[in-house]
Amino acid sequence: MTIALQIDRVSHQYGQRVALDNVSIGLVEGQFNALLGPNGAGKSTLFALLTRLYRVQQGEIRLGDDSINRNPRALLARLGVVFQQSTLDLDLTVMQNLEYHGALHGLSTREIRRRAAEELEWLGLADRTKDKVRSLNGGHRRRVEIARALLHRPDILLLDEASAGLDVASRQAINKAVRQLCQERGLTVLWATHLLEEISLDDPVVILHRGRVLAEGIGRDVCERSDETSLDALFDRLTSAKEAHA
Amino acid sequence: MNLNVYLHAFTGVVKREFWRFIQQRSRFLSALVRPLLWLVVFAAGFRAALGVAIIPPYATYITYETYIAPGLCCMILLFNGMQSSLSMVYDREMGSMKVLLMSPVPRSWLLISKLLAIALISLVQVYAFLAIAWLAGVEPPALGLITALPALVLVALLLGSIGLFLSARIRQLENFAGVMNFVIFPMFFLSSALYPLWKMRESSEWLYWICQYNPFTHAVELVRFALYQQLNLQALAITLGTTLVFATLAVISFNPERTVRAAPAKA
Repeated sequence: MTIALQIDRVSHQYGQRVALDNVSIGLVEGQFNALLGPNGAGKSTLFALLTRLYRVQQGEIRLGDDSINRNPRALLARLGVVFQQSTLDLDLTVMQNLEYHGALHGLSTREIRRRAAEELEWLGLADRTKDKVRSLNGGHRRRVEIARALLHRPDILLLDEASAGLDVASRQAINKAVRQLCQERGLTVLWATHLLEEISLDDPVVILHRGRVLAEGIGRDVCERSDETSLDALFDRLTSAKEAHA
Repeated sequence: MNLNVYLHAFTGVVKREFWRFIQQRSRFLSALVRPLLWLVVFAAGFRAALGVAIIPPYATYITYETYIAPGLCCMILLFNGMQSSLSMVYDREMGSMKVLLMSPVPRSWLLISKLLAIALISLVQVYAFLAIAWLAGVEPPALGLITALPALVLVALLLGSIGLFLSARIRQLENFAGVMNFVIFPMFFLSSALYPLWKMRESSEWLYWICQYNPFTHAVELVRFALYQQLNLQALAITLGTTLVFATLAVISFNPERTVRAAPAKA
Protein backbone atom coordinates (compact mmCIF):
# COMPACT_ATOMS: atom_id res chain seq x y z
CA MET A 1 0.00 0.00 0.00
CA THR A 2 1.72 3.17 -1.20
CA ILE A 3 0.92 6.53 0.33
CA ALA A 4 0.44 9.18 -2.36
CA LEU A 5 -0.17 12.23 -0.19
CA GLN A 6 0.84 12.53 3.44
CA ILE A 7 -0.72 14.99 5.87
CA ASP A 8 1.61 14.97 8.83
CA ARG A 9 0.67 16.35 12.28
CA VAL A 10 -1.20 19.32 10.88
CA SER A 11 -2.89 21.72 13.29
CA HIS A 12 -4.83 24.87 12.50
CA GLN A 13 -6.45 27.52 14.67
CA TYR A 14 -8.82 30.41 14.01
CA GLY A 15 -7.77 32.74 16.79
CA GLN A 16 -8.27 30.70 19.96
CA ARG A 17 -10.52 28.08 18.33
CA VAL A 18 -8.82 24.87 17.26
CA ALA A 19 -10.09 23.68 13.86
CA LEU A 20 -7.57 20.88 13.30
CA ASP A 21 -5.61 19.23 16.07
CA ASN A 22 -2.51 17.23 15.15
CA VAL A 23 -4.12 15.59 12.13
CA SER A 24 -2.15 12.91 10.28
CA ILE A 25 -3.65 11.21 7.23
CA GLY A 26 -2.09 9.22 4.40
CA LEU A 27 -3.95 8.95 1.11
CA VAL A 28 -3.58 5.49 -0.43
CA GLU A 29 -2.35 5.71 -4.01
CA GLY A 30 -4.89 4.89 -6.71
CA GLN A 31 -7.71 4.48 -4.18
CA PHE A 32 -10.98 6.21 -3.37
CA ASN A 33 -10.04 7.61 0.05
CA ALA A 34 -13.03 8.75 2.10
CA LEU A 35 -12.86 11.59 4.60
CA LEU A 36 -15.92 11.24 6.79
CA GLY A 37 -17.02 13.92 9.16
CA PRO A 38 -20.12 15.80 10.23
CA ASN A 39 -20.49 19.50 9.48
CA GLY A 40 -17.85 21.44 11.39
CA ALA A 41 -15.47 18.49 11.59
CA GLY A 42 -12.63 20.38 9.93
CA LYS A 43 -12.92 18.96 6.40
CA SER A 44 -13.12 22.32 4.63
CA THR A 45 -10.24 23.69 6.68
CA LEU A 46 -8.18 20.66 5.67
CA PHE A 47 -9.05 21.31 2.02
CA ALA A 48 -8.09 24.95 2.36
CA LEU A 49 -4.70 23.87 3.72
CA LEU A 50 -4.20 21.23 1.02
CA THR A 51 -4.94 23.79 -1.68
CA ARG A 52 -2.81 26.51 -0.07
CA LEU A 53 -5.75 28.83 0.44
CA TYR A 54 -4.63 28.78 4.07
CA ARG A 55 -1.05 28.79 5.20
CA VAL A 56 -0.07 25.67 7.13
CA GLN A 57 0.45 26.86 10.70
CA GLN A 58 1.84 23.61 12.04
CA GLY A 59 2.77 20.28 10.48
CA GLU A 60 3.52 19.34 6.91
CA ILE A 61 1.76 18.17 3.76
CA ARG A 62 3.82 16.16 1.27
CA LEU A 63 3.16 14.77 -2.16
CA GLY A 64 6.17 12.66 -3.08
CA ASP A 65 9.16 14.97 -2.80
CA ASP A 66 7.05 18.13 -2.96
CA SER A 67 6.09 19.80 0.30
CA ILE A 68 3.41 22.45 0.55
CA ASN A 69 5.66 24.40 2.90
CA ARG A 70 8.74 24.32 0.70
CA ASN A 71 7.42 24.02 -2.84
CA PRO A 72 3.72 24.86 -2.84
CA ARG A 73 3.40 25.61 -6.56
CA ALA A 74 4.76 22.20 -7.59
CA LEU A 75 2.25 20.58 -5.27
CA LEU A 76 -0.65 22.67 -6.61
CA ALA A 77 0.21 21.60 -10.16
CA ARG A 78 -0.37 17.97 -9.11
CA LEU A 79 -3.74 18.54 -7.43
CA GLY A 80 -7.20 18.68 -8.98
CA VAL A 81 -9.88 20.13 -6.74
CA VAL A 82 -13.66 20.26 -6.61
CA PHE A 83 -14.73 22.57 -3.81
CA GLN A 84 -17.94 22.32 -1.82
CA GLN A 85 -19.07 25.71 -3.06
CA SER A 86 -19.19 25.89 -6.86
CA THR A 87 -16.31 27.86 -8.32
CA LEU A 88 -17.57 27.98 -11.90
CA ASP A 89 -18.21 31.29 -13.59
CA LEU A 90 -21.94 31.06 -14.28
CA ASP A 91 -21.93 33.64 -17.08
CA LEU A 92 -19.26 31.88 -19.11
CA THR A 93 -19.76 28.77 -21.22
CA VAL A 94 -18.59 25.32 -20.18
CA MET A 95 -15.63 25.51 -22.57
CA GLN A 96 -14.69 29.04 -21.47
CA ASN A 97 -14.56 27.88 -17.86
CA LEU A 98 -12.31 25.00 -18.83
CA GLU A 99 -10.11 27.21 -21.01
CA TYR A 100 -9.60 29.64 -18.15
CA HIS A 101 -8.58 26.90 -15.74
CA GLY A 102 -6.32 25.19 -18.28
CA ALA A 103 -4.57 28.47 -19.11
CA LEU A 104 -3.92 29.08 -15.41
CA HIS A 105 -2.15 25.73 -15.39
CA GLY A 106 -0.01 26.74 -18.35
CA LEU A 107 -1.78 24.74 -21.07
CA SER A 108 -2.15 26.04 -24.62
CA THR A 109 -5.66 26.65 -25.97
CA ARG A 110 -5.32 23.79 -28.46
CA GLU A 111 -4.28 21.35 -25.76
CA ILE A 112 -7.05 22.53 -23.44
CA ARG A 113 -9.71 22.02 -26.12
CA ARG A 114 -8.40 18.56 -26.92
CA ARG A 115 -8.37 17.47 -23.30
CA ALA A 116 -11.68 19.19 -22.52
CA ALA A 117 -13.38 17.35 -25.38
CA GLU A 118 -12.12 14.04 -23.97
CA GLU A 119 -13.19 14.73 -20.40
CA LEU A 120 -16.59 16.15 -21.34
CA GLU A 121 -17.24 13.20 -23.64
CA TRP A 122 -16.44 10.81 -20.81
CA LEU A 123 -18.72 12.72 -18.43
CA GLY A 124 -21.57 12.86 -20.95
CA LEU A 125 -21.42 16.59 -21.56
CA ALA A 126 -19.89 16.67 -25.03
CA ASP A 127 -22.91 18.50 -26.45
CA ARG A 128 -22.94 21.21 -23.75
CA THR A 129 -19.59 22.89 -24.40
CA LYS A 130 -21.14 26.10 -25.72
CA ASP A 131 -23.84 26.32 -23.07
CA LYS A 132 -23.53 28.82 -20.28
CA VAL A 133 -22.93 27.16 -16.95
CA ARG A 134 -25.94 29.04 -15.58
CA SER A 135 -28.18 26.93 -17.85
CA LEU A 136 -26.89 23.60 -16.44
CA ASN A 137 -28.48 21.72 -13.55
CA GLY A 138 -26.57 21.01 -10.34
CA GLY A 139 -25.42 17.55 -11.38
CA HIS A 140 -24.07 18.77 -14.70
CA ARG A 141 -22.28 21.67 -13.04
CA ARG A 142 -20.52 19.20 -10.76
CA ARG A 143 -19.48 17.17 -13.80
CA VAL A 144 -18.04 20.30 -15.39
CA GLU A 145 -16.08 20.93 -12.21
CA ILE A 146 -14.73 17.39 -12.29
CA ALA A 147 -13.77 17.76 -15.97
CA ARG A 148 -12.04 21.01 -15.09
CA ALA A 149 -10.18 19.47 -12.15
CA LEU A 150 -8.86 16.70 -14.43
CA LEU A 151 -7.77 19.01 -17.23
CA HIS A 152 -4.17 19.46 -16.08
CA ARG A 153 -3.79 15.70 -15.42
CA PRO A 154 -3.39 15.82 -11.63
CA ASP A 155 -2.03 12.93 -9.54
CA ILE A 156 -4.58 13.55 -6.78
CA LEU A 157 -8.21 14.58 -7.03
CA LEU A 158 -9.72 16.28 -3.98
CA LEU A 159 -13.49 16.58 -3.73
CA ASP A 160 -15.07 18.44 -0.84
CA GLU A 161 -18.73 17.42 -0.40
CA ALA A 162 -18.94 17.14 -4.20
CA SER A 163 -22.40 15.58 -4.02
CA ALA A 164 -23.88 18.12 -1.60
CA GLY A 165 -27.18 19.56 -2.74
CA LEU A 166 -27.71 17.02 -5.53
CA ASP A 167 -30.57 14.56 -5.93
CA VAL A 168 -29.91 10.90 -5.20
CA ALA A 169 -29.49 9.89 -8.85
CA SER A 170 -26.96 12.66 -9.52
CA ARG A 171 -25.10 11.87 -6.30
CA GLN A 172 -24.75 8.23 -7.27
CA ALA A 173 -23.69 9.11 -10.82
CA ILE A 174 -20.95 11.46 -9.61
CA ASN A 175 -19.74 8.96 -7.03
CA LYS A 176 -19.62 6.22 -9.66
CA ALA A 177 -17.73 8.42 -12.12
CA VAL A 178 -15.10 9.31 -9.53
CA ARG A 179 -14.63 5.67 -8.53
CA GLN A 180 -14.17 4.88 -12.20
CA LEU A 181 -11.27 7.37 -12.27
CA CYS A 182 -9.50 5.38 -9.58
CA GLN A 183 -10.03 2.06 -11.34
CA GLU A 184 -9.31 3.12 -14.91
CA ARG A 185 -6.72 5.85 -14.49
CA GLY A 186 -5.21 4.93 -11.16
CA LEU A 187 -6.02 8.37 -9.79
CA THR A 188 -5.80 8.93 -6.04
CA VAL A 189 -9.01 10.48 -4.74
CA LEU A 190 -9.90 12.17 -1.47
CA TRP A 191 -13.68 12.28 -1.16
CA ALA A 192 -14.87 14.35 1.79
CA THR A 193 -18.45 13.74 2.83
CA HIS A 194 -20.84 13.43 5.72
CA LEU A 195 -23.02 10.95 3.81
CA LEU A 196 -22.15 7.40 4.80
CA GLU A 197 -24.03 5.78 1.92
CA GLU A 198 -21.34 7.15 -0.42
CA ILE A 199 -18.64 5.06 1.26
CA SER A 200 -17.90 1.39 0.77
CA LEU A 201 -16.43 -0.89 3.44
CA ASP A 202 -13.51 -1.54 1.08
CA ASP A 203 -12.54 2.12 0.92
CA PRO A 204 -9.70 3.60 2.97
CA VAL A 205 -11.59 5.75 5.47
CA VAL A 206 -10.70 8.57 7.84
CA ILE A 207 -13.24 9.74 10.40
CA LEU A 208 -12.67 13.34 11.40
CA HIS A 209 -14.59 15.04 14.17
CA ARG A 210 -14.01 18.32 15.94
CA GLY A 211 -10.64 18.64 14.24
CA ARG A 212 -9.33 15.23 15.33
CA VAL A 213 -8.87 11.93 13.53
CA LEU A 214 -10.99 9.37 15.40
CA ALA A 215 -10.38 6.39 13.14
CA GLU A 216 -8.32 5.55 10.05
CA GLY A 217 -7.94 2.46 7.87
CA ILE A 218 -9.85 0.31 5.40
CA GLY A 219 -13.54 0.65 6.32
CA ARG A 220 -14.00 -3.06 7.04
CA ASP A 221 -10.88 -3.21 9.27
CA VAL A 222 -11.86 -0.09 11.15
CA CYS A 223 -15.29 -1.60 11.89
CA GLU A 224 -13.79 -4.90 13.01
CA ARG A 225 -11.31 -3.21 15.31
CA SER A 226 -14.15 -1.34 16.93
CA ASP A 227 -16.56 -4.30 17.09
CA GLU A 228 -19.08 -2.58 14.89
CA THR A 229 -20.91 -4.14 11.97
CA SER A 230 -21.23 -1.03 9.83
CA LEU A 231 -19.61 2.33 9.26
CA ASP A 232 -22.91 4.00 10.20
CA ALA A 233 -22.85 2.45 13.65
CA LEU A 234 -19.17 3.24 14.14
CA PHE A 235 -19.58 6.80 12.94
CA ASP A 236 -22.58 7.36 15.23
CA ARG A 237 -20.78 5.88 18.20
CA LEU A 238 -17.56 7.84 17.70
CA THR A 239 -19.14 11.19 17.00
CA SER A 240 -21.84 10.95 19.67
CA ALA A 241 -19.27 9.86 22.24
CA LYS A 242 -17.24 12.94 21.41
CA GLU A 243 -20.33 15.11 21.63
CA ALA A 244 -21.05 13.68 25.09
CA HIS A 245 -17.52 14.44 26.26
CA ALA A 246 -17.56 17.92 24.77
CA MET B 1 8.38 26.79 -14.96
CA ASN B 2 8.96 27.96 -18.52
CA LEU B 3 7.93 31.24 -20.14
CA ASN B 4 5.07 29.59 -22.05
CA VAL B 5 3.31 28.77 -18.79
CA TYR B 6 3.39 32.44 -17.77
CA LEU B 7 2.22 33.47 -21.22
CA HIS B 8 -0.69 31.00 -21.24
CA ALA B 9 -1.74 32.11 -17.76
CA PHE B 10 -1.63 35.76 -18.86
CA THR B 11 -3.68 34.97 -21.97
CA GLY B 12 -6.20 33.06 -19.87
CA VAL B 13 -6.72 35.96 -17.46
CA VAL B 14 -7.06 38.47 -20.32
CA LYS B 15 -9.49 36.27 -22.24
CA ARG B 16 -11.67 35.77 -19.18
CA GLU B 17 -11.84 39.53 -18.55
CA PHE B 18 -12.87 40.11 -22.18
CA TRP B 19 -15.44 37.31 -22.08
CA ARG B 20 -16.96 38.83 -18.97
CA PHE B 21 -16.82 42.29 -20.50
CA ILE B 22 -18.64 41.10 -23.63
CA GLN B 23 -21.27 39.43 -21.43
CA GLN B 24 -21.88 42.70 -19.62
CA ARG B 25 -23.01 44.93 -22.47
CA SER B 26 -24.62 47.35 -20.05
CA ARG B 27 -21.21 47.87 -18.45
CA PHE B 28 -19.78 49.02 -21.78
CA LEU B 29 -22.77 51.25 -22.43
CA SER B 30 -22.67 52.89 -19.01
CA ALA B 31 -18.92 53.36 -19.34
CA LEU B 32 -19.63 55.39 -22.48
CA VAL B 33 -22.82 57.13 -21.42
CA ARG B 34 -21.32 58.51 -18.20
CA PRO B 35 -18.55 60.60 -19.80
CA LEU B 36 -20.72 61.46 -22.79
CA LEU B 37 -23.32 62.95 -20.46
CA TRP B 38 -20.60 65.15 -19.00
CA LEU B 39 -19.31 66.04 -22.42
CA VAL B 40 -22.62 66.83 -24.05
CA VAL B 41 -24.91 67.96 -21.23
CA PHE B 42 -22.72 69.24 -18.42
CA ALA B 43 -20.22 70.95 -20.69
CA ALA B 44 -22.99 72.66 -22.67
CA GLY B 45 -24.54 74.03 -19.50
CA PHE B 46 -21.31 75.16 -17.89
CA ARG B 47 -19.41 76.33 -20.94
CA ALA B 48 -20.13 80.01 -20.27
CA ALA B 49 -19.54 79.83 -16.54
CA LEU B 50 -16.29 77.90 -16.83
CA GLY B 51 -14.39 79.64 -19.60
CA VAL B 52 -10.87 78.31 -20.02
CA ALA B 53 -7.88 80.58 -20.60
CA ILE B 54 -4.84 79.57 -22.62
CA ILE B 55 -2.94 77.09 -20.48
CA PRO B 56 -0.44 74.39 -21.43
CA PRO B 57 -0.63 72.14 -23.36
CA TYR B 58 -3.16 74.15 -25.36
CA ALA B 59 -1.77 76.76 -27.76
CA THR B 60 -4.96 78.72 -28.08
CA TYR B 61 -8.36 79.18 -26.48
CA ILE B 62 -10.26 75.94 -26.36
CA THR B 63 -13.84 74.96 -25.76
CA TYR B 64 -14.80 73.58 -22.38
CA GLU B 65 -15.60 70.26 -24.05
CA THR B 66 -12.05 70.03 -25.33
CA TYR B 67 -10.70 70.84 -21.86
CA ILE B 68 -12.63 68.12 -20.06
CA ALA B 69 -12.12 65.37 -22.67
CA PRO B 70 -8.84 64.06 -21.14
CA GLY B 71 -10.43 64.15 -17.70
CA LEU B 72 -13.36 62.15 -19.00
CA CYS B 73 -10.98 59.59 -20.52
CA CYS B 74 -9.48 59.23 -17.05
CA MET B 75 -12.98 59.04 -15.60
CA ILE B 76 -13.56 55.91 -17.71
CA LEU B 77 -10.27 54.48 -16.43
CA LEU B 78 -11.19 55.41 -12.86
CA PHE B 79 -14.58 53.71 -12.97
CA ASN B 80 -13.08 50.68 -14.68
CA GLY B 81 -10.35 50.42 -12.08
CA MET B 82 -12.93 50.47 -9.33
CA GLN B 83 -15.12 48.04 -11.28
CA SER B 84 -12.18 45.66 -11.18
CA SER B 85 -12.17 45.98 -7.44
CA LEU B 86 -15.87 45.12 -7.44
CA SER B 87 -15.30 42.10 -9.69
CA MET B 88 -12.51 40.82 -7.41
CA VAL B 89 -14.84 41.04 -4.42
CA TYR B 90 -17.57 39.35 -6.48
CA ASP B 91 -15.20 36.54 -7.49
CA ARG B 92 -14.25 36.11 -3.86
CA GLU B 93 -17.88 35.93 -2.75
CA MET B 94 -18.90 33.57 -5.57
CA GLY B 95 -15.91 31.28 -5.06
CA SER B 96 -14.39 31.66 -8.52
CA MET B 97 -11.36 33.38 -6.99
CA LYS B 98 -10.24 29.94 -5.81
CA VAL B 99 -9.64 28.91 -9.43
CA LEU B 100 -7.11 31.71 -9.73
CA LEU B 101 -5.49 30.89 -6.41
CA MET B 102 -5.15 27.19 -7.24
CA SER B 103 -2.93 28.00 -10.19
CA PRO B 104 0.70 26.91 -9.83
CA VAL B 105 1.74 30.21 -11.46
CA PRO B 106 3.00 32.81 -8.93
CA ARG B 107 0.15 34.90 -7.56
CA SER B 108 2.04 38.12 -8.17
CA TRP B 109 2.13 37.27 -11.90
CA LEU B 110 -1.60 36.50 -11.88
CA LEU B 111 -2.32 39.87 -10.28
CA ILE B 112 -0.13 41.66 -12.81
CA SER B 113 -1.97 39.80 -15.58
CA LYS B 114 -5.27 40.88 -14.07
CA LEU B 115 -4.06 44.49 -13.97
CA LEU B 116 -3.01 44.40 -17.61
CA ALA B 117 -6.32 42.80 -18.58
CA ILE B 118 -8.22 45.57 -16.80
CA ALA B 119 -6.05 48.15 -18.59
CA LEU B 120 -6.74 46.62 -22.00
CA ILE B 121 -10.50 46.64 -21.45
CA SER B 122 -10.36 50.22 -20.23
CA LEU B 123 -8.47 51.28 -23.35
CA VAL B 124 -11.15 49.84 -25.63
CA GLN B 125 -13.69 52.00 -23.83
CA VAL B 126 -11.53 55.13 -23.86
CA TYR B 127 -10.95 54.96 -27.60
CA ALA B 128 -14.64 54.29 -28.22
CA PHE B 129 -15.36 57.43 -26.18
CA LEU B 130 -12.75 59.46 -28.07
CA ALA B 131 -14.30 58.37 -31.37
CA ILE B 132 -17.74 59.58 -30.29
CA ALA B 133 -16.27 62.74 -28.79
CA TRP B 134 -14.63 63.42 -32.16
CA LEU B 135 -18.07 63.36 -33.75
CA ALA B 136 -19.21 65.81 -31.06
CA GLY B 137 -16.48 68.24 -32.10
CA VAL B 138 -13.65 67.39 -29.71
CA GLU B 139 -10.78 66.92 -32.11
CA PRO B 140 -7.35 66.47 -30.56
CA PRO B 141 -4.48 66.03 -33.05
CA ALA B 142 -4.80 62.64 -34.77
CA LEU B 143 -1.23 61.76 -33.81
CA GLY B 144 -2.15 62.63 -30.22
CA LEU B 145 -4.44 59.62 -30.15
CA ILE B 146 -1.33 57.48 -30.57
CA THR B 147 0.98 59.44 -28.24
CA ALA B 148 -1.71 59.29 -25.57
CA LEU B 149 -1.70 55.48 -25.62
CA PRO B 150 1.26 54.90 -23.24
CA ALA B 151 -0.10 57.57 -20.88
CA LEU B 152 -3.52 55.92 -20.89
CA VAL B 153 -1.96 52.51 -20.23
CA LEU B 154 -0.02 53.89 -17.26
CA VAL B 155 -3.07 55.64 -15.82
CA ALA B 156 -5.16 52.46 -16.32
CA LEU B 157 -2.50 50.52 -14.41
CA LEU B 158 -2.49 53.11 -11.63
CA LEU B 159 -6.25 53.05 -11.19
CA GLY B 160 -6.41 49.26 -11.59
CA SER B 161 -3.76 48.94 -8.85
CA ILE B 162 -5.78 51.17 -6.54
CA GLY B 163 -8.84 49.04 -7.35
CA LEU B 164 -7.03 45.79 -6.57
CA PHE B 165 -5.61 47.25 -3.39
CA LEU B 166 -9.09 48.32 -2.31
CA SER B 167 -10.52 44.89 -3.15
CA ALA B 168 -8.22 43.43 -0.51
CA ARG B 169 -9.76 45.81 2.04
CA ILE B 170 -13.41 45.35 1.04
CA ARG B 171 -14.97 42.37 2.79
CA GLN B 172 -18.39 42.38 1.15
CA LEU B 173 -19.99 43.57 -2.06
CA GLU B 174 -22.27 45.83 -0.05
CA ASN B 175 -19.27 47.89 1.05
CA PHE B 176 -18.65 48.99 -2.51
CA ALA B 177 -20.95 51.99 -2.05
CA GLY B 178 -18.29 53.30 0.31
CA VAL B 179 -15.74 53.14 -2.49
CA MET B 180 -18.02 55.32 -4.62
CA ASN B 181 -18.38 57.94 -1.90
CA PHE B 182 -14.90 57.91 -0.44
CA VAL B 183 -12.69 57.11 -3.42
CA ILE B 184 -14.24 57.68 -6.85
CA PHE B 185 -16.06 60.96 -6.27
CA PRO B 186 -13.34 62.71 -4.21
CA MET B 187 -10.64 61.56 -6.62
CA PHE B 188 -12.54 62.82 -9.62
CA PHE B 189 -13.90 66.11 -8.32
CA LEU B 190 -10.74 67.06 -6.44
CA SER B 191 -8.67 67.00 -9.59
CA SER B 192 -8.06 68.98 -12.74
CA ALA B 193 -10.46 66.78 -14.72
CA LEU B 194 -13.30 69.32 -14.84
CA TYR B 195 -11.61 72.64 -14.09
CA PRO B 196 -8.05 73.96 -14.21
CA LEU B 197 -6.42 74.15 -10.81
CA TRP B 198 -5.89 77.90 -11.00
CA LYS B 199 -9.66 78.25 -10.96
CA MET B 200 -9.84 76.05 -7.89
CA ARG B 201 -7.16 78.20 -6.26
CA GLU B 202 -9.26 81.31 -6.83
CA SER B 203 -12.01 79.72 -4.77
CA SER B 204 -10.05 77.93 -2.08
CA GLU B 205 -6.36 77.64 -1.37
CA TRP B 206 -6.69 74.44 0.68
CA LEU B 207 -8.86 72.74 -1.92
CA TYR B 208 -6.23 73.64 -4.47
CA TRP B 209 -3.56 71.88 -2.42
CA ILE B 210 -5.72 68.79 -1.95
CA CYS B 211 -6.08 68.66 -5.74
CA GLN B 212 -2.33 69.02 -6.09
CA TYR B 213 -1.74 66.03 -3.85
CA ASN B 214 -4.35 63.94 -5.61
CA PRO B 215 -2.55 61.50 -7.94
CA PHE B 216 -5.57 61.55 -10.23
CA THR B 217 -4.82 65.21 -11.04
CA HIS B 218 -1.41 64.22 -12.35
CA ALA B 219 -2.86 61.25 -14.22
CA VAL B 220 -5.28 63.61 -16.00
CA GLU B 221 -2.47 66.05 -16.81
CA LEU B 222 -0.29 63.25 -18.15
CA VAL B 223 -3.06 62.20 -20.54
CA ARG B 224 -3.93 65.82 -21.43
CA PHE B 225 -0.35 66.61 -22.43
CA ALA B 226 0.15 63.30 -24.23
CA LEU B 227 -3.02 63.88 -26.23
CA TYR B 228 -1.35 67.04 -27.53
CA GLN B 229 1.95 65.25 -28.17
CA GLN B 230 3.70 66.74 -25.18
CA LEU B 231 5.31 65.16 -22.16
CA ASN B 232 4.55 66.46 -18.68
CA LEU B 233 7.52 65.07 -16.78
CA GLN B 234 6.23 65.94 -13.33
CA ALA B 235 2.90 64.22 -14.05
CA LEU B 236 4.73 61.20 -15.47
CA ALA B 237 6.99 60.86 -12.42
CA ILE B 238 4.11 61.15 -9.95
CA THR B 239 1.83 58.79 -11.88
CA LEU B 240 4.60 56.22 -12.35
CA GLY B 241 5.66 56.42 -8.70
CA THR B 242 2.09 56.12 -7.42
CA THR B 243 1.45 53.17 -9.74
CA LEU B 244 4.46 51.32 -8.39
CA VAL B 245 3.41 52.01 -4.81
CA PHE B 246 -0.18 50.83 -5.28
CA ALA B 247 0.76 47.83 -7.45
CA THR B 248 3.16 46.71 -4.71
CA LEU B 249 0.54 47.30 -2.02
CA ALA B 250 -2.04 45.36 -4.05
CA VAL B 251 0.27 42.34 -4.33
CA ILE B 252 1.33 42.50 -0.68
CA SER B 253 -2.15 42.96 0.74
CA PHE B 254 -3.71 40.24 -1.41
CA ASN B 255 -4.78 37.69 1.17
CA PRO B 256 -6.06 34.33 -0.13
CA GLU B 257 -7.35 33.34 3.32
CA ARG B 258 -10.29 35.65 2.79
CA THR B 259 -11.49 33.49 -0.08
CA VAL B 260 -12.67 30.68 2.20
CA ARG B 261 -15.63 32.55 3.55
CA ALA B 262 -17.23 30.23 6.02
CA ALA B 263 -14.09 28.89 7.63
CA PRO B 264 -14.00 30.90 10.86
CA ALA B 265 -17.65 30.16 11.56
CA LYS B 266 -17.50 26.43 11.01
CA ALA B 267 -14.32 24.50 10.57
